[in-house]
Amino acid sequence: MNNLFVYCEIEDGIVADVSLELLTKGRSLANQLGCQLEAVVIGTNLKDVEKQVLPYGVDRVHIFDGENLYPYTSAPHSAILINLFKEEKPQIALMGATVIGRDLGPRVSSALTSGLTADCTELEIGSHEDKKLGKTYDNLLLQIRPAFGGNIVATIVNPEHRPQMATVREGVMKKEILDLNYKGEVINHDPKAYTDSLDYLVKVIERHVEKSKNNLKGSPIVVAGGYGVGSKENFALIYKLADVLHAEVGASRAAVDAGFIEHDRQIGQTGLTVRPKLYIAFGISGQIQHIAGMQDSSIIISVNTDPDAPINKIADYVITGSIEEVVPKMIKYYKQHSK
Amino acid sequence: MSLKIVVLAKQVPDTHNVGKDAMTAEGTINRSALPAIFNPEDLNALEQALRLKDAFPGSTVTILTMGPGRAADVIREGLYRGADNGYLLTDRAFAGADTLATSYALATAIRKIGDYDIIIGGRQAIDGDTAQVGPQVAQKLGLSQVTYAEEILKVENKNITIKRHIDGGVETVVAPLPILITINSSAAPCRPRNARLVMKYKRALGVQEKSALGDQLPYAELYDQRPYLNLAEWSVADVDGDLQQCGLNGSPTKVKAVRNIVFQAKESKTLNGSESDVESLIVELLDNKIIG
Ligand SMILES: Cc1cc2nc3c(=O)[nH]c(=O)nc-3n(C[C@H](O)[C@H](O)[C@H](O)COP(=O)(O)OP(=O)(O)OC[C@H]3O[C@@H](n4cnc5c(N)ncnc54)[C@H](O)[C@@H]3O)c2cc1C
Repeated sequence: MNNLFVYCEIEDGIVADVSLELLTKGRSLANQLGCQLEAVVIGTNLKDVEKQVLPYGVDRVHIFDGENLYPYTSAPHSAILINLFKEEKPQIALMGATVIGRDLGPRVSSALTSGLTADCTELEIGSHEDKKLGKTYDNLLLQIRPAFGGNIVATIVNPEHRPQMATVREGVMKKEILDLNYKGEVINHDPKAYTDSLDYLVKVIERHVEKSKNNLKGSPIVVAGGYGVGSKENFALIYKLADVLHAEVGASRAAVDAGFIEHDRQIGQTGLTVRPKLYIAFGISGQIQHIAGMQDSSIIISVNTDPDAPINKIADYVITGSIEEVVPKMIKYYKQHSK
Repeated sequence: MSLKIVVLAKQVPDTHNVGKDAMTAEGTINRSALPAIFNPEDLNALEQALRLKDAFPGSTVTILTMGPGRAADVIREGLYRGADNGYLLTDRAFAGADTLATSYALATAIRKIGDYDIIIGGRQAIDGDTAQVGPQVAQKLGLSQVTYAEEILKVENKNITIKRHIDGGVETVVAPLPILITINSSAAPCRPRNARLVMKYKRALGVQEKSALGDQLPYAELYDQRPYLNLAEWSVADVDGDLQQCGLNGSPTKVKAVRNIVFQAKESKTLNGSESDVESLIVELLDNKIIG
């Protein structure tokens, strides 16, 4: 009872990275709270799936293996979580800020009238004082995310309602195995006892998933362009530099919105989180939503015509200049000096 | 077959076009300096609704929005493009709502509308990007939901076929009506305003807008002659809402703190774009094995 739950997403029998990252984070939060970490896996043909999650320090894994539970549809998965949570009364429930998590989380939170915070960039345990009620709440989940307007970060709490629910994007938390032989309890549930036949009305008749086209998450060098790049044509310059440096190309949301580059290359709070050895930002001003996705890069270079661009504050090297003049020089001198 | 469609639409500050004058001296956003716009993905949703109306004559499209008096603009924009009518949920008691309280208010209003086959809205609003309200409304009404939809492929025998996005791909789903759908920005853009409809509805006003004009209201007599120029407003009481579930009262999430971001300023090297500066940087990165 009152433990920390993580909903584990499945694709082709494999637990998604974002779920394993949340189990890792969940383990450390559970240690702080002195509670157990529990995982929920829902799908079809889940034999041995517990082996994928227990090493992350999971004390109990709830498995719902049944027909029509894969691919994911909203109603049966939410019915299972809602009914399981009514029995288990978790204090915290975490899920990925993926298409699935963002479809499922709100449905569950609505049924349980519990609060849900989307796209958190940090999760901590702490206390909260409600001055009006004169009441202090200890051991709350502090859900931290950039808020409207860029320069502020809001900490959201759910003092009275349980579970405290949050979604987090893939890559924001680190994934780390705790113990390959971690002993946790495996509970096989009967999905029929948790769902109604009316939960299976939506049918997936066709499905097509491609492996990610880019390797942004794993690339040691990321060359990113922002709105300041100015055009699709200028992005070709960025691609050329990336090609020479064996780097991947990323972008700010403003560049994506302007149609300079595809959406799956967006970096930031509502895009990918990257931690490369080198991050070069071209024409990116550095709003918090963008910074949230790249601030852990080891070395940051900012190329910007504005010497006071906010991103310069977190950069190791600031080049005050335009893309058009700097990129060709970088290519030229790289070719000249690398053998 | 004719369909009854409700479009959920929100008026939002235009966060995509934050100009320099929208920043305060403290570096935060001055919300009132941002233009209020029709949430972009809600326009994509409106287009899908209007296409269904085109395909199934006799169908109706109703705009439902929540906000202050000026949010009546969203209803007018809908009427200009082919919607049939609209409701503005507006009440001080709705203020301060998080997504749960918002979905409660919208769900009670939809119950009041009563007869519907499809509820459709944008996937998310650009001022919060949470994507929570659609699924929460669906849950409160006990409806099936299809989120991240790209296109409604067909409606046949009270079944709807929808193409939707999933992580790294697409899928097609079939579901019986009634249903709640949320639409992605990659879906077809909304048609422009129709000149004839603009003429018809340009004087349409919400109750608050009208009373703000008072004696200055031009063509006051028109509003009795043409009832469709009076945009309906609903309060909490009008939709039989429970005050405990509305606005701040009905919001389980509380903002504990907001802090301004102070970036840990690093010791940075400042260069200019000159030949020698760029060359020395590249050489330094190569020497340190950062690149190469
Ligand atoms: C809910 C929400 C979520 C968001 N999520 C994200 C997210 O995940 N990722 C993200 O990136 N943003 C996100 N944003 C948007 C974010 O707030 C900023 O609007 C965005 O990051 C700005 O992109 P930019 O820096 O490219 O554009 P701008 O702020 O317009 O900056 C352009 C920069 O280019 C410079 N420049 C202009 N011309 C040149 C030139 N020729 N050479 C060099 N420099 C030049 C300018 O000086 C300026 O600094 C989100 C916003 C909201 C409200």
